[in-house]
Amino acid sequence: MTRPMPDGLTSGDNLDFNQFPDLRGHFGPYGGQFVAETLMVAIQELTAAYERYRDDPEFQAEFQHDLTHFVGRPSPLYHAERWSRKLGGAQIYLKREDLNHTGAHKINNTVGQALLAKRMGKPRIIAETGAGQHGVATATIAARLGLECVVYMGAEDVRRQSPNVYRMKLLGATVVPVESGSKTLKDALNEALRDWVANVDDTFYIIGTVAGPHPYPMMVRDFNAVIGQETREQALAVFGRLPDALVACVGGGSNAMGMFHPFLNDPEVALYGVEAGGDGIHTGRHAAPLSAGRPGVLHGNRTYLMETDDGQIIETHSISAGLDYPGVGPEHAWLKDCGRAFYVSATDDETLAAFHELTRTEGIIPALETAHALAYAAKLAVTMRSEQNIVVNLSGRGDKDINTVAIREGITL
Amino acid sequence: MNRMDRRFKTLKEQHRKALIPFVTAGFPHPEITVPLMHQMVAAGADVIELGVPFSDPIADGPAIQKAGEQALAQGMDLGRVLAQVAEFRRDDASTPLVLMGYMNPLEAMGHGRFAQRAQQAGVDGVLTVDVPLEEARELVPTLRHHGLHSIFLLAPTSNSERIRRTAEVASGYVYYVSLKGVTGSAALNAQEVAERVALIKRQISIPVGVGFGIRDARSAAAIGACADAVIVGSALIECLAAHQADPMQMLNHVAELLGSMRQALDKQPVMIKE
Repeated sequence: MTRPMPDGLTSGDNLDFNQFPDLRGHFGPYGGQFVAETLMVAIQELTAAYERYRDDPEFQAEFQHDLTHFVGRPSPLYHAERWSRKLGGAQIYLKREDLNHTGAHKINNTVGQALLAKRMGKPRIIAETGAGQHGVATATIAARLGLECVVYMGAEDVRRQSPNVYRMKLLGATVVPVESGSKTLKDALNEALRDWVANVDDTFYIIGTVAGPHPYPMMVRDFNAVIGQETREQALAVFGRLPDALVACVGGGSNAMGMFHPFLNDPEVALYGVEAGGDGIHTGRHAAPLSAGRPGVLHGNRTYLMETDDGQIIETHSISAGLDYPGVGPEHAWLKDCGRAFYVSATDDETLAAFHELTRTEGIIPALETAHALAYAAKLAVTMRSEQNIVVNLSGRGDKDINTVAIREGITL
Repeated sequence: MNRMDRRFKTLKEQHRKALIPFVTAGFPHPEITVPLMHQMVAAGADVIELGVPFSDPIADGPAIQKAGEQALAQGMDLGRVLAQVAEFRRDDASTPLVLMGYMNPLEAMGHGRFAQRAQQAGVDGVLTVDVPLEEARELVPTLRHHGLHSIFLLAPTSNSERIRRTAEVASGYVYYVSLKGVTGSAALNAQEVAERVALIKRQISIPVGVGFGIRDARSAAAIGACADAVIVGSALIECLAAHQADPMQMLNHVAELLGSMRQALDKQPVMIKE
């Protein structure tokens, strides 16, 4: 398992992963603040506000209160006993983020950022969304806090995800279809950034993943780190030691980063991020920048991207809209280069098989995003012994995906 | 001193303001870009900003976004932009050229290789919209090593600390973005711009250009009263888009638009105050 180390490091170095990012938001060569001057002051204001409240006991108490009473935390660590036995390898545990309010891990971050927006006196919230999960989570907390909410969504996604569009509208949000570029998540992010530039005085931009300019990758990670912190305590309580492996799906990578971060300095815990393999990495039709892309600059940070030789961002393909993103959080890029985490992929077909398997074996319908992690966990489990433990981040529930699955399988509802 | 410094020095001696049109390379068609550049020079352009199309132009409004998309759809890439620059240089050795775009195409080519090829082609300056001061430490020395100016943006929100730090790394000219928003946004307030430009000029000795919101002779003259250069982008792109079906007509309309701005700028009584 030796890998080439990044410049200036040898494999003998013991990196303290809690030291990242540096003050300017760099994870080694990745991350940073690649935004136009028109946004820099807003970014600096946000950085200063987050630095101030991140260790503020009152802010943290309010955040914890909302996580407990509004989100419904802690989420259970569930032993998928029947599935584990059927596979005949390691024991698989599921961190049940699907049981959170709004059905996914996304709410952890939106609660944190919305509380920050309130502290900063910003009455207007904007967000981008792909499948609509982050948009729903943002609209939800905006409704709870009485904030105006505008969600940018690719016109193509608006068409594909109409129930979530209606959900956001019920919650009082304005959904703006984005007609530029490929009309998907990356274009929604572009448009939200443009809105922010024009309305920096009264607007807070809630980014939904561990990407974007610093401080977003750090901040979104911190708000989701509750997943890993709980997993750590629950693992110690349930099986008396840390898990042998953690598995999570990676689009932008917020659920994976939240799960991994509290374990980064525990080298005995193996970390696996599972990207969307689409039709297969070899076909080029996928959404797996860490597996098949190369470093570049997009949406405010340097990271692995899916791009042409000329540096134009290319369209991605995945059965799950939530992983359909050509970039990935910069900390994942760094963990890949350091060899601390392994990044693999699951194809659409493998994902669908895992979706059905968990549904029928454990009575849990996972989100298609999550099913990527399950597909890889099943492969990993059989290479391990039955007294070893894998924790899979069950990042979201699959109700939103039943139409996609039905259509794919030729079933009319 | 390269073409750009010489041009601004001459303008200053003549008490004239620079007119800087922006066009997206390859829009509306790759074959028209070089003739269009020559036409703009004939109509009174002092410096040309040539936009390098990028798939995700986060700082641009609808007009320039669409122009970039159309150029990319016709196969434009950074290599072809540089080829257009080289072709332009065969007939024009004196008009300064700035490439304006986003970081990722430069990353894909490699900073060093890009700088070398840009210098060879005849580029004088580079403006990477998504590279603020904080991320410029590697790129600026590489560009300078190849004789290329680094043009930086300043915004209404840039405080005096940022203006001071910009003065340390910027060369050629600085580009003051006169509006909060993306390119092609609504009308600008000339009085407010004049105050900001005066503030910037107290800390920055190189020329100050103003862009965003300049659409016609009148707004050009209003901005020319305070700035060293007037930059026109979206209005020009909209003109190209409206007349793209007829290239001859299009070139005439461009000449008319820039010509009216040139005239308005040159009529401007130059205030000499120290």
